[in-house]
Amino acid sequence: MIQETIITIISTLLILCGLIFFLGAAVGLLRFPDFYTRMHAAGKGDTLSSFLVVLGFAVYQLHDFKFTEAGFKENWWVLLLILKLIGICAFIMITSPTSTHALMNAGWEDDIEPELKHKDANELEKDYPRK
Amino acid sequence: MPSFDNIVIWTGFALFVLMIPALWRVIKGPTAIDRIVAVNVIGTKTAVLLVVIGQKFQKVEMFVDFALAYALLNFIGSLAASRFLQKSPCERQESKGAATES
Repeated sequence: MIQETIITIISTLLILCGLIFFLGAAVGLLRFPDFYTRMHAAGKGDTLSSFLVVLGFAVYQLHDFKFTEAGFKENWWVLLLILKLIGICAFIMITSPTSTHALMNAGWEDDIEPELKHKDANELEKDYPRK
Repeated sequence: MPSFDNIVIWTGFALFVLMIPALWRVIKGPTAIDRIVAVNVIGTKTAVLLVVIGQKFQKVEMFVDFALAYALLNFIGSLAASRFLQKSPCERQESKGAATES
């Protein structure tokens, strides 16, 4: 009983953190002024929040797991399930920044101009030439 | 203290509500790549939502595979879209030449 309470509290906290980051990503996607800043909000917020929510559900799978030999023999598949959920976490952590980078690169080479306060976009092009 | 079942339902609801701003960006987005980014965000949220649905139906072991497949498809889709929109170097030369001629 006490194990279930502790596990529930931990996983709820993880899920709530994830939802807060999702909220940040959504607000950023809605309100930022140009393409690159919106990309920044979407890429970072989405990665961390998916990671946290899925990790919360992975932790919750342990709620009725008994840490004895009989428990391991009966419920070994729960550990496999947790491994799969952590696999989803790792997959999202690798692929989401990769796709963000690819889309950002495509946007830069597709002549989308950033909103700059001090620098000129042509000056930026000297440092990061479009192919 | 609310039971975990309620928390799962409200998590799913919150994920669904947070998809609406991304959908707004898909409809409004000034450039094509903006729309693709928003679709990518919705796809990631859907992969998480599949895990949430699996927890609600007490069948996480089945829905985990769906979520993994959906995340993979989402990744491939966004990579393909970015490759499709990227200008190739010779295409860029052509557009630059046209700009200087006119």
